[in-house]
Amino acid sequence: MTIALQKFDELRLDQVRREFGSLNALRDVTLTVKRGEFIALLGPSGCGKSTTLNCIAGLLPVTGGAIWLDKRRIDTLRPEERGFGMVFQSYALFPHLTVKQNVGFGLKMRGVAKAEISRKVDEALALVRLTGQAQKLPGQLSGGQQQRVAIARAIVIEPPLVLMDEPLSNLDAKLRLEMRAEIRRIHNTLGATTIYVTHDQDEALSLADRIVVLKDGVIRQVGTPNDLYEKPAHIDVADFMGFRNRIRGKVIRQSGSRATLAIGDSEVTGIMRASVQDGSEAYAAIRADDLTTGEAGANAFAAQVETIEYRGREFVGTARTSDGIDLVFRSDHAVALGSGVHLRATPDRVLVFSEQM
Amino acid sequence: MTMTALVENQAVESGSNLRQRLAARGFDAVTLLLIPAFVLLALLFLYPFGYGLVLSFEPKAGAAWSNYARFFTDPYLYSTIWKTLLLSVPVTLVNLLVSLPVAFRVRLMYRQRLLTTILVVPITLGTVLIAEGLLNYLGPQGWFNRVLLSIGLIDHPLRLVHNYWGVFASLVINGFPFTFLLVLSYVTGIDPALEQAAATLGASARQRFTHVYLPILMPGLAITFCLSFVQAFSVFPSAVLLGEPAGETRVISIAAYQAAFEEYDYSMASAIAMIMGFVQLAIVMGMMATRGLFYRGPVAGTKG
Repeated sequence: MTIALQKFDELRLDQVRREFGSLNALRDVTLTVKRGEFIALLGPSGCGKSTTLNCIAGLLPVTGGAIWLDKRRIDTLRPEERGFGMVFQSYALFPHLTVKQNVGFGLKMRGVAKAEISRKVDEALALVRLTGQAQKLPGQLSGGQQQRVAIARAIVIEPPLVLMDEPLSNLDAKLRLEMRAEIRRIHNTLGATTIYVTHDQDEALSLADRIVVLKDGVIRQVGTPNDLYEKPAHIDVADFMGFRNRIRGKVIRQSGSRATLAIGDSEVTGIMRASVQDGSEAYAAIRADDLTTGEAGANAFAAQVETIEYRGREFVGTARTSDGIDLVFRSDHAVALGSGVHLRATPDRVLVFSEQM
Repeated sequence: MTMTALVENQAVESGSNLRQRLAARGFDAVTLLLIPAFVLLALLFLYPFGYGLVLSFEPKAGAAWSNYARFFTDPYLYSTIWKTLLLSVPVTLVNLLVSLPVAFRVRLMYRQRLLTTILVVPITLGTVLIAEGLLNYLGPQGWFNRVLLSIGLIDHPLRLVHNYWGVFASLVINGFPFTFLLVLSYVTGIDPALEQAAATLGASARQRFTHVYLPILMPGLAITFCLSFVQAFSVFPSAVLLGEPAGETRVISIAAYQAAFEEYDYSMASAIAMIMGFVQLAIVMGMMATRGLFYRGPVAGTKG
């Protein structure tokens, strides 16, 4: 392997701001990325994740703050001076150039000798497993192959940092899983540093070393996939981590790390993820997996089944309580539509978030 | 593309009825809607063209080709080809080369519409109005000369109309909006992510233009050149009104006009019209041949 990515120690975003007119797309984003990390920027559309990536790449100027690559300030440099490899959502392959010319484009712009370009391009194509397609035009390739060309083109210039903007969103579900594994394999083989933008939490959880959750241009939480999955710090993060039930209630008592909420006629106890005060409004967040049919009692909601879907090993249904709260639950047996059920979750699997954070 | 071919083959092989087989090749009842267009084309183009061609070989006197022989031996006639080319080729190139940077700038603007409207206004004015305006503005007693005289930059009025440059200016003003609109549509048709990708790969602004935009634009620019050139080549009103119709702007259409309506020699006029047509055709075909050298596929690049 002679594709050797340039070494650096860390990329630092220091209170980066980006305004579009009066809209604050990014507000004081501060983040440090260490060499060799795979970072996922996760968030709903319009949260600022692509804006962050474009600011790092230099495609969008920042309107405040600074970006540092080790001791070098890079936010004032033009994109062609930064030398980061970028994979675009639309792939952005040059339609008039062959696969080989596409991949060799960056090296050609740098004035690398022809023989050297040819050698490196062949190596990059071998790495993304596209040998034999070198003379084709992008229009003759399938979506997955185009994606591989885009990756080869970004890494062949040996960038310190690889930026990926929702690279899998145009692929079908099966290919997406396959390319996901490919991207991680390439990252590991090269020892690359990758910043990966996605709105898909499965992608973020399975690929990243650390996940950055953004919402409304603000970083909500940074952590390992396990941290975020088990201990989301914010109700918005919980939303992204599969807590499909987010139920509002009033705090009636606390003991140790637990708080109990009154929600309609039910009382629900869970683990506090932030300090809450008695009498204040708060959210209880429960994954559909952790809410199952059982006996009436504490931590149970009486509800009527509205839909039920077969998922192979289990059933997933929705139900509505008499107070009009919609719940998503799991069941290991079929439940009749319209029947009354008691849906329970153990307190260990319920998280309590304060209303404002 | 291979998919459609496959479907077609299956339809043909399975021995289906005539209607299905035609439909597989893209012919159905809707195709009949093309008939009026064909009729119009035949009546307004093919018939007059054929009539003119035959007429040009029926001279008032002499052998069938004597009109053509006369044209190519009389310098007063054959020089009109060069005079017309000398006007139309530079004008087309100027329009194209000015449109390109303007289109690149306009592409990035938020208020594209307003600017485009302003740029397109000359198209609606018509040649005669523009000629009259230019005569008033650039003439010996026009504002332009008077301003230059009064600030002492010149001693005698510059001769800007009733010569080559008057016609040149008028053709630029008339032709620019058309050229610009075509170029703008080609430029905006290119996915901006291509330029961004080139930038992240280290290409400077100049390299992005020469390695990405220009090769993708080339076929479109060739077509724009052809269409603008044909317009400029058939210049008539401005060559008469703003030029020197007996001298350096005696373009080929003036020669045809004089043959038809001053000498009443329709046969000769037809011959000149035919020659005019073939010169245009030669230039256009030469231009289209260069298209083969460039990429001509979709400009979006990849499936979105």
